Amino acid sequence: MSEFLNINPLEAEAIHIFREVVSQFEKPVLLFSGGKDSITLVRLAQKAFWPAKIPFPLLHVDTGHNFPETIEFRDRLVEELGADLIVRYVQDDIDKGLVKEESGKYASRNSLQTTTLLNALEEFKFDAAIGGARRDEEKARAKERIFSVRDDFGQWDEKNQRPELFDMLNGKIDLGQNVRVFPISNWTELDVWSYIEDEGIEIPSIYFAHKRKTFLRDGMIWSAEDDIVYREEDEVVEERLVRFRTVGDMSCTAAVLSDAVSIEKVVSEIKESTISERGARIDDKRSEAAMEVRKQQGYF
Amino acid sequence: MEVLKIATAGSVDDGKSTLIGRILYDTKSLTTDKLEAIEKRSKANGFDYLDFSLATDGLVAEREQGITIDVAHIYFSTAKKSYIIADTPGHVEYTRNMVTGASTSQASIILVDARNGVIEQTYRHFFINNLLRVKDVIVAVNKMDLVDYSEEKFNAIKAEFERLKEKADYKGQNITFIPISALKGDNVVGGSENTPWYNGQSILQHLEDLKAQDVFEAGQARFPVQTVIRPKKDEFHDFRGYAGKLYGGDIAVGDEVTVLPSLTKSKIKEIYFFDKKFDKAGRGSSLNITLEDNVNVSRGDMIVKAGEEPSSEKQLRAKVCWMNGQNLVPKTKYLLQHGVNRVQAMIQSVDNVLATDFSGAEATDSLSLNQIGEVEIKLAKPVFFDKYTENKQNGAFILIDPQSNTTAGVGIIE
Ligand SMILES: Nc1nc2c(ncn2[C@@H]2O[C@H](COP(=O)(O)OP(=O)(O)OP(=O)(O)O)[C@@H](O)[C@H]2O)c(=O)[nH]1
Ligand SMILES: [Mg+2]
Repeated sequence: MSEFLNINPLEAEAIHIFREVVSQFEKPVLLFSGGKDSITLVRLAQKAFWPAKIPFPLLHVDTGHNFPETIEFRDRLVEELGADLIVRYVQDDIDKGLVKEESGKYASRNSLQTTTLLNALEEFKFDAAIGGARRDEEKARAKERIFSVRDDFGQWDEKNQRPELFDMLNGKIDLGQNVRVFPISNWTELDVWSYIEDEGIEIPSIYFAHKRKTFLRDGMIWSAEDDIVYREEDEVVEERLVRFRTVGDMSCTAAVLSDAVSIEKVVSEIKESTISERGARIDDKRSEAAMEVRKQQGYF
Repeated sequence: MEVLKIATAGSVDDGKSTLIGRILYDTKSLTTDKLEAIEKRSKANGFDYLDFSLATDGLVAEREQGITIDVAHIYFSTAKKSYIIADTPGHVEYTRNMVTGASTSQASIILVDARNGVIEQTYRHFFINNLLRVKDVIVAVNKMDLVDYSEEKFNAIKAEFERLKEKADYKGQNITFIPISALKGDNVVGGSENTPWYNGQSILQHLEDLKAQDVFEAGQARFPVQTVIRPKKDEFHDFRGYAGKLYGGDIAVGDEVTVLPSLTKSKIKEIYFFDKKFDKAGRGSSLNITLEDNVNVSRGDMIVKAGEEPSSEKQLRAKVCWMNGQNLVPKTKYLLQHGVNRVQAMIQSVDNVLATDFSGAEATDSLSLNQIGEVEIKLAKPVFFDKYTENKQNGAFILIDPQSNTTAGVGIIE
């Protein structure tokens, strides 16, 4: 114990944010997708409150289009942490007629998540939802605050955001409003991967190179392991060595060719990459303003 | 790796967003998909060149109007360090967003359109950078391509800034002048053949040589307690940890401390970061510390080294930058947030409004949106503060409007 603590400023900032959340809100929740960013959030939350347990539950909005590996991973992690996990299913809202399933070639449940998320926040009266969104991901996200205030409908009022000065976070809200909190706002994709490497954090196997039945469309590689991604008859299935850079809804997340089987290799691959992480997300390619529009509707 | 935080400043259309886009492009930080999107949009807008401002103007309204409305945070890195750039809006209406960007930055790039020279908004942004004590300021004289790379124009702008600097309060600011064309790339990342009369560094070369350091300069240690950690586990039955972020200076196990406001004395027993113990920790770290004695500490309290207690007052005098549509007037109540501590506050008087062209102060009794003035504030409970000049984080506060809950203003304590 004879050392001087070396500071990682991004980590220190994230921990500071977590501690503000539990102090300023009555009922926070961590949005957990099973992806690398939310796994990183969980580690940061552990650090912020150790030796106490993470003082809020995890919420998974399940689109039903998951990679099976991430669900297994999620359940194992939750058990190890002794954390509370809440799962709400997009399928249930489809069955209730609250949302309508998209159809056709580019059908995805990604934007349907918003309704299920808002209903879950309402059901449990969560006043702060912590998410792993980063400003470097997308140009509308680059405009986000760390404490992002949403109205009763979960809407983001992008032209009227609260100034965030110095380290001071203002989470004061009225009843019915809620706040989205982004502790790793200032991290880049590489920062996340380097952190996972340095900390030896476990992540689901789909982030590493593996053989997968896939097909090509619009220059992107799609999973053909199951029937979740819509495939036309003339789209040929082939086995390829791939990995995923993000794990969203399977129907909008494309794979990349890769032989990175270890975290060191993933990190060096990210360093060399000339395509952005969301370049493999079809949900952002729908239009130039896709993300901004989804956020206005209550997406995180 | 070092992280350097920078903000841009300067009037509307002086080229802030274009400059950032150009830096990203020339450092090969734009991924192919992002570059393709910019090419497509530039063409659609009828440009025969790449409109680099599209790399940062992320909102539909911004792209439609061709202006920046809200701060965007942009990330890139070189072999030497990581950069976080806040691209701030130049429009007067959004000055508060510019203040926000500058508050966390160690360096600022103020752009000036070489054709227009120093105009009202340039004065204002330079004034704010001086007020907030941003350590390094780069004055980038932009659009040199439109003035034939004229040395005279450049020198005239430089002379005007040097005249202003004479009048500025904060003399420790380093100011560097660079003639650039954000659009064409002159002196942005590499040098330029068009400015043979200039032998200084390019913008990126200059940034690469700056030492990234905490914006909060070294001084006395301040540990505002965010939350008390009580694990309720058998193995940590009596554990009481005080969690917070350390500002100002270092702390070490065994240090004698004073807890504010109770003025109780104790000693630091353990310094934890996650499950590891450390002997010493430096400013900027988020810690969990325990004390030798069982003292009463709660959120908003502050732990400092004995003999280094900050001022503790129920009365404050501060320079306030107003960020709300509704004017700041005497006898109104706000919630004052100082670090993580909140107290009820009453505006006693608004004394003057500062002219942002450095020409002095004018008496007034209210501040409107984007104005900066000196204000007297009375508090329901004392706060433990330093002068902003001694400890940035412990010398600043925000005012929260109790009706709208919004952050209505920021103050720096004199
Ligand atoms: N010729 C020339 N044009 C430039 C240069 N830099 C920027 N421009 C143009 O000036 C216009 C405004 O540039 P922006 O980068 O949007 O300006 P800004 O400072 O970000 O403006 P706001 O964010 O709205 O305050 C655009 O049309 C740019 O193409 C330059 O060096 N030379
Ligand atoms: Mg701009």
